[in-house]
Amino acid sequence: MKINITVNGTSHDGEVEPRTLLVHYLREHLALTGTNIGCDTSSCGACTVHLNGESVKSCTILAVQADGTKIVTIEGLSKDGEMHPMQQAFMENHGLQCGYCTPGMVMAAIGLLNENPNPTESDVRQGLEGNLCRCTGYHNIVKSVLAAANK
Amino acid sequence: MTMTEVRPNTVIGTRLLRREDPALLTGEAKFTNDLNIPGALHLAVLRSPHAHAKIKSINTKAATALPGVVAVYTGADLKSMWAGPMPCAWPVTADMKAPQHFPLAIDTVNYVGDGVAAILATSETASRDALDLIEVEYEVLKPVVDLEEAMTDNVIVHDELGTNKSYTWNLKIEATEGCVEEAFANAAFTVSERYVQQRLLPMAMETRAVAAVPQPFGGDITIYSSTQIPHILKVMTALTIGIPEHQVRVIAPSVGGGFGSKLNVYAEELLCVGLARKHNVPVRWVEERSENAQATIHGRGQVQYIELAADKNGKLTAVRVRIIGDMGAYLQLVTPGIPLLGAFLYAGVYDIPHAYDFSCTGVFTTLTPTDAYRGAGRPEATYAIETAMDALARKMGIDPFDLRKRNFIQKEQFPYTAFSGLTYDSGNHLAAAEKAADMADYAAVRSRQAIQNVPSATKRLGIGMTSYFEMCGLAPSRVLASLNYGAGGWEAATVRILPTAKVQVVTGTSPHGQGHETSWAMIASEKLGIPAEDIDVLHSDTAIAPLGLDTYGSRSLPVGGVAIAGACDKVIDKAKLIAAHQLECSAEDLEFAGGVFSVKGSPDRNMPLAAIAFQAFTAHNLPDGLEPNLEAQYTYDPPNFSWPFGTHICVLEIDIETGQVEILKYVAVDDCGVQINPLIVEGQVHGGIIQGLAQALFEEAIYDEDGNLKTSTLAEYLVPAASDVPSLTTDFTVTPSPTNQLGVKGIGEAGTIGAASTVMNAVIDALSGLGVTHMDMPASPHHVWLAIKAASSAS
Repeated sequence: MKINITVNGTSHDGEVEPRTLLVHYLREHLALTGTNIGCDTSSCGACTVHLNGESVKSCTILAVQADGTKIVTIEGLSKDGEMHPMQQAFMENHGLQCGYCTPGMVMAAIGLLNENPNPTESDVRQGLEGNLCRCTGYHNIVKSVLAAANK
Repeated sequence: MTMTEVRPNTVIGTRLLRREDPALLTGEAKFTNDLNIPGALHLAVLRSPHAHAKIKSINTKAATALPGVVAVYTGADLKSMWAGPMPCAWPVTADMKAPQHFPLAIDTVNYVGDGVAAILATSETASRDALDLIEVEYEVLKPVVDLEEAMTDNVIVHDELGTNKSYTWNLKIEATEGCVEEAFANAAFTVSERYVQQRLLPMAMETRAVAAVPQPFGGDITIYSSTQIPHILKVMTALTIGIPEHQVRVIAPSVGGGFGSKLNVYAEELLCVGLARKHNVPVRWVEERSENAQATIHGRGQVQYIELAADKNGKLTAVRVRIIGDMGAYLQLVTPGIPLLGAFLYAGVYDIPHAYDFSCTGVFTTLTPTDAYRGAGRPEATYAIETAMDALARKMGIDPFDLRKRNFIQKEQFPYTAFSGLTYDSGNHLAAAEKAADMADYAAVRSRQAIQNVPSATKRLGIGMTSYFEMCGLAPSRVLASLNYGAGGWEAATVRILPTAKVQVVTGTSPHGQGHETSWAMIASEKLGIPAEDIDVLHSDTAIAPLGLDTYGSRSLPVGGVAIAGACDKVIDKAKLIAAHQLECSAEDLEFAGGVFSVKGSPDRNMPLAAIAFQAFTAHNLPDGLEPNLEAQYTYDPPNFSWPFGTHICVLEIDIETGQVEILKYVAVDDCGVQINPLIVEGQVHGGIIQGLAQALFEEAIYDEDGNLKTSTLAEYLVPAASDVPSLTTDFTVTPSPTNQLGVKGIGEAGTIGAASTVMNAVIDALSGLGVTHMDMPASPHHVWLAIKAASSAS
């Protein structure tokens, strides 16, 4: 099926099988491998991207459902060689270790602050409950998001 | 901080931000499955749906006919491809029984997930679609799911072995023969406890992935794998497939967590390599999460019986331990040795006489093989001694902190030669425990508890603690020899100063989240006086870093980091000869500080290392006979394990109507000696604690009676989310290790080792007023309810 998706500001015309998930389209058709796959049950959130400005797990929607939308992936966050404030906050607060959940976590965290610019610690923990991390114990992830909110 | 030694470090000890982060934060980092490998065929593995069955027949016709499918192989088809069975590098006893284990089962499957057939196809989708088209006829056999049932040999997993018992390993140390028995006979107090270490799924966020890329001519092959052990994988692949070792190159790209689960040589790695060679094209494979749950090793899996004997003051007089260790269906790389890594730690941090009796029997079951999972044997041991200490305190009617104080090894006793003959390098348990108690407001919580936990209380307050020792920094090669381990425990490093005074540090460690690039550059910077940003760290590619024993067992810093310091010393020694030659003085007259050699007493006669690097490169004016260039390799074999320690305390509340456990405070005081980068140390502690806490509260690999894993997805297996766990209060004491020049100890596993018993002691403490004295992990609402019910029917 033919689709058109704007990814990180660039319009892409594509031809996909109906069963192709958005995450596979991003990784395999566009070679945007920053969006990771961590599970097969939509539990881990490693594949979180923004669809028309909202966080979505890109393994839960088909590429054809994203036809005509605007997608932002982790590769689309930096501007003029500067990391997004959320990426910077993760770096400054050691909010990542192996980095595999990180792209999804950063996208979810930005989505969280878009909805709630001044979250409490508890808001952050609740807001990120769809994103799993096995390395950090979340302590420094929460710290990173709160630091980004205060910037 | 308690500093027993002040070091004039300038880089070491700073919170330098990680150089690894920008690539990981922007999506630039490449994990194995991100690599673009033109022309690669995709491997899919058909897995057994039965825990135990004979393969009667396999029909691959329909699968082979599917468009995109290139070939389908059964275990019998590939038998001749293997030079030997899959490796187990740790035959713990001379008479250990080990079944032959091949990447695909040949006639019998022994767990759900055991490989039965391999499909190669031109796309991942085609390879997976073909799985459904393979018809396998099985004769189903009885499964062996329960450990104690396995011990009876009523049903035998591997007929050819004649028993499910792989080995029994004993460590009995008595000052005089029979003194353990005597101690128990004469004890004022004894406790006898049974604990179950439930199986855990490591669940690294990146599942495993492999790509094997053959060279079209000459037989060389490059293996990309999401592994912790590129060097060990290289040797084992060469041996198992029969490829000359020098023709194998292993690269571990960015690796998304390991926790021990990628410390292995896996069937899919060997299948990719073997089939890539057979077809002479690249072959790649990526694991699905549910495959990861079944076909990547599991952790823990023990039944523990521990008995303590104590005198009237609560001073321990003997420890007796019996372990049944669940090997699973096969012995993976170090499966049988995992319980042994804890064997020396069942007396914990306590000063006990030579009266220790440990025995472990490893048994086969028809479940996924077990192997190293964060802590590997040591969390299990720490859990047993620390929960048994609480049981002893309850029996004596004294505070568990008080009991610990009566038994701690005192700081004056270090270095302390233990009953086992091992020497604990340095420690100060009382200081760490008192600091943790202050931070947790221990006395105040006890007072509050006395008021809150009245008989009618539905919300009950509990406080629990653990004081631990971690035996890590694996390991002195001679000690490994005495344990029958199949390799050494050294680590190698090369330090190379380039003509422009930039530096390459080459390490045999293989990071997967620990920030080695940052920390190793800091070590070299401190030693050489060259800024960390001018130092590159190369790793995880056996062509670039040919010597190494990789990353596991909290060894990277106390072995690999110390190797880097040693290589720097060798480079400095050589540079000193050049400086002496050019400054026309003797080398003994030179001192080196801040990257500059200067003549003692005449600091204006000096030469910076940067200038010497260029001189060493041009070789125009070197001392006679000295080789050009500044490069040194150093291999460090540690004289001892490193012994981090600390105390963790958890305060929690349990709603006995819902069974819900709410953690109010978690305090950790850890001591890993000198810290290279406290930012990274804290991160390791945080992550470790949550993994240990997750064993205590959430995680459990659950099997049904037929041997089916019921928790094979992240929807069923409860890896905690941010909303499930608390913020942590961490602090440190600093007791340098005297056994290495950096004064460092490992920290990768400490959090996990301390956390599970800390939480469970608090859980039992909260419910002790209801008569609860025992609960199996995890302390889920269901288990809390069962424990309360059992206690009330007993009273």
